[in-house]
Amino acid sequence: MASGKVAVIRARPWAVASFLLPALLLLGALVVYPIGYSIWRSLFDASGDSFVGLDNFKELFTNDGIRTALKNNLIWIVVAPTVATALGLIFAVLTERIRWATAFKLIVFMPMAISMLAAGIIFRLVYEQNPDRGVANAVMTTVHDSFADSPAWPDAQPRPGGPVEAQDDGSYLLTSPAEVGSPAMLPLVAVPQPELADAAPAAVPQASGDQVTGTVWMDFTRGGGGTDGAVDPEEKGLSGITVQAVADGEVVAETTTAEDGTFALPAEADGAQVRLAGSDFQAPYNGAEWLGPSLITPAIIGSYVWMWAGFAMVLIAAGLAGVPRETLEAARVDGANEWQVFRRITIPLLAPVLAVVMVTLMINVLKIFDLVYVIAPTSTQDEANVLALQLYLSSFGTDSHQGVGSAIAVFLLVLVLPVMIINVRRLRRENQR
Amino acid sequence: MTAPTKTAQLPDPARVPSSEAGGPPRPSVVSRLASFAAGGTVRVVLVVLAVVWLLPTAGLFASSFRDSRDIASTGWWEVLTDLDQLTWSNYDALLSNDNFTGSIWTSVVITVPSTFLVVVLGALAAYAFAWLDFPGRDWWFLVVVALLVVPVQVALIPVARLFNTLGIFETSLGVIIFHTAFGLPFAVFLLRNFFAEIPRELLEAARLDGAGELRLFTRVVLPLGGPAIAALAIFQFMWVWNDMLVALIFADSGSPPMTVALQQEMRQFGSNFDVLAPGAFLTMLIPLAIFFAFQRQFVSGVMAGAVK
Repeated sequence: MASGKVAVIRARPWAVASFLLPALLLLGALVVYPIGYSIWRSLFDASGDSFVGLDNFKELFTNDGIRTALKNNLIWIVVAPTVATALGLIFAVLTERIRWATAFKLIVFMPMAISMLAAGIIFRLVYEQNPDRGVANAVMTTVHDSFADSPAWPDAQPRPGGPVEAQDDGSYLLTSPAEVGSPAMLPLVAVPQPELADAAPAAVPQASGDQVTGTVWMDFTRGGGGTDGAVDPEEKGLSGITVQAVADGEVVAETTTAEDGTFALPAEADGAQVRLAGSDFQAPYNGAEWLGPSLITPAIIGSYVWMWAGFAMVLIAAGLAGVPRETLEAARVDGANEWQVFRRITIPLLAPVLAVVMVTLMINVLKIFDLVYVIAPTSTQDEANVLALQLYLSSFGTDSHQGVGSAIAVFLLVLVLPVMIINVRRLRRENQR
Repeated sequence: MTAPTKTAQLPDPARVPSSEAGGPPRPSVVSRLASFAAGGTVRVVLVVLAVVWLLPTAGLFASSFRDSRDIASTGWWEVLTDLDQLTWSNYDALLSNDNFTGSIWTSVVITVPSTFLVVVLGALAAYAFAWLDFPGRDWWFLVVVALLVVPVQVALIPVARLFNTLGIFETSLGVIIFHTAFGLPFAVFLLRNFFAEIPRELLEAARLDGAGELRLFTRVVLPLGGPAIAALAIFQFMWVWNDMLVALIFADSGSPPMTVALQQEMRQFGSNFDVLAPGAFLTMLIPLAIFFAFQRQFVSGVMAGAVK
């Protein structure tokens, strides 16, 4: 093979050996030998005694748990590098002409310095389900509640065996039809006392000759006493509830309860059924279940992007600094707008950098372990599973099968093989120059 | 695969041409107003993004100073309006816990030697690859470069067996050896490329003065390799300090490094943030200090070594 440089020193063999051997021996024993051993071991069963051919690799694609890991790894490899690179590109372009770009870059790059364990703990906090504690759901519920009304009385329920019955659609129906002149009484229970602190005392509705009147109230007297189904002195009215009169499945009249829980429907409601709309009793919006089975992988990918977008940004910014200003100016002089300049000149010139970033992140994502192991709670670890985690569990878990563990290791090695070959080829080209 | 880029540093803001300095054609008032408005939008977007990026870490930091009852009942942002919640009690409890303080020491015992060994063994080999003549030199270097992307996962089972035979499984020594071996391909690759740039005349002059191989290495190559060695040392230090997987398998689970000690503290749904938050923050202290003190070396190390 052609040598890149003529060596300056023709050293004595023992000198060369003492420079090289420590490193080469370690590499041989801890990196090269394990590759061979893993390949060999992957062909044997759990105990390592009997040869099973490619059965362990078949297991990779047939075992449900490992297939989830494979599927998740595929999602990871496609989504995480793409999102991180896209964000990095956007950040790099946005900060190009900003005075305090360095401060911004420091902030975005900072997560690269911390361990994935620490990042995992950080995001466990972010993803807490309760919007009072987790910042992600706190933001989501705040945004949601400022665009949608929150339910008035999420906890209110009909008294079991009382005149009101809960329907399948969540609404509450008064079983006996409404009549003009005879007030409809709709007692509800189970509203927590603190929520009633500001409520007005419930009023008994006046019978009216041309209206259907009624009261919706909290039929519970603190400290006992009071009569079920009757408005007792200390009981509070439930305001803001939508009351509908339903005849033959159609809403014929609708109104809302007043402060003291009373309402009045027009005469059309006579003989119809009185219904309280279900939307007033739904559980309040609590944000997303980040650590639940369906969102766990996207949530963990989000934490990865938080860590690695800075890496993409800094590499791309370095590439951007190398784009010749004259080329851009020439295009602008020729009448290209900023978007065209970006799309037709900057991006093609950045393509090699973007490729390097993508490939680097893909290799990195392939081996993702800590974030998944730390963020996914035991209950959804199976749904969040990835190959490196499965390898750890298969090799060192309670129910270990080192044959399968080795097969996963060999599979990971095969996946990075193309990059290994590209690296070696590039080096040989450089050496021959 | 990234070459060790000397360009990959946070750009100096002074070097970025400011748009106001402008070229010869003076932009019209309208287009200047338009670009000012656009610049304003960009600034707002960047501030929002910076806040979003800081928020998770801020949450950890604030939580680490709240007692367990506050953490369980309300969000960390409550401290913004109620500074009385802040307390040192979590840190007091953690730092008087012998298991945890022991794990800080274990982290140091693992990280410092493996950083030192990677730098020394890597530099020796890199020097040989750059300047010594021996049969199969280029071929051996290709092998080292090929090993750059080998995932550590491939070695877990075989090395566990090997260490078991040697009696160093579940010891800090084993973790040190493992990290050294897996740090070497990158170390050799980075340093060889850097050493190869050393002017030949310098080495020849030293050679004529009668310097031997070792003397050439310690007096000429090592001092000139300073920047690359610093980047490598910082990168390797962070890598080992932040590692959890290797320590999880190869460290003594009775006296593990900080990452594993904290991992052992984790419970379902992390109900014990009064331990996890200050612990995680303490593990971040040294990496963050290094990051802010040696930004340039850190960035170039990460840029060159992210392939690992």
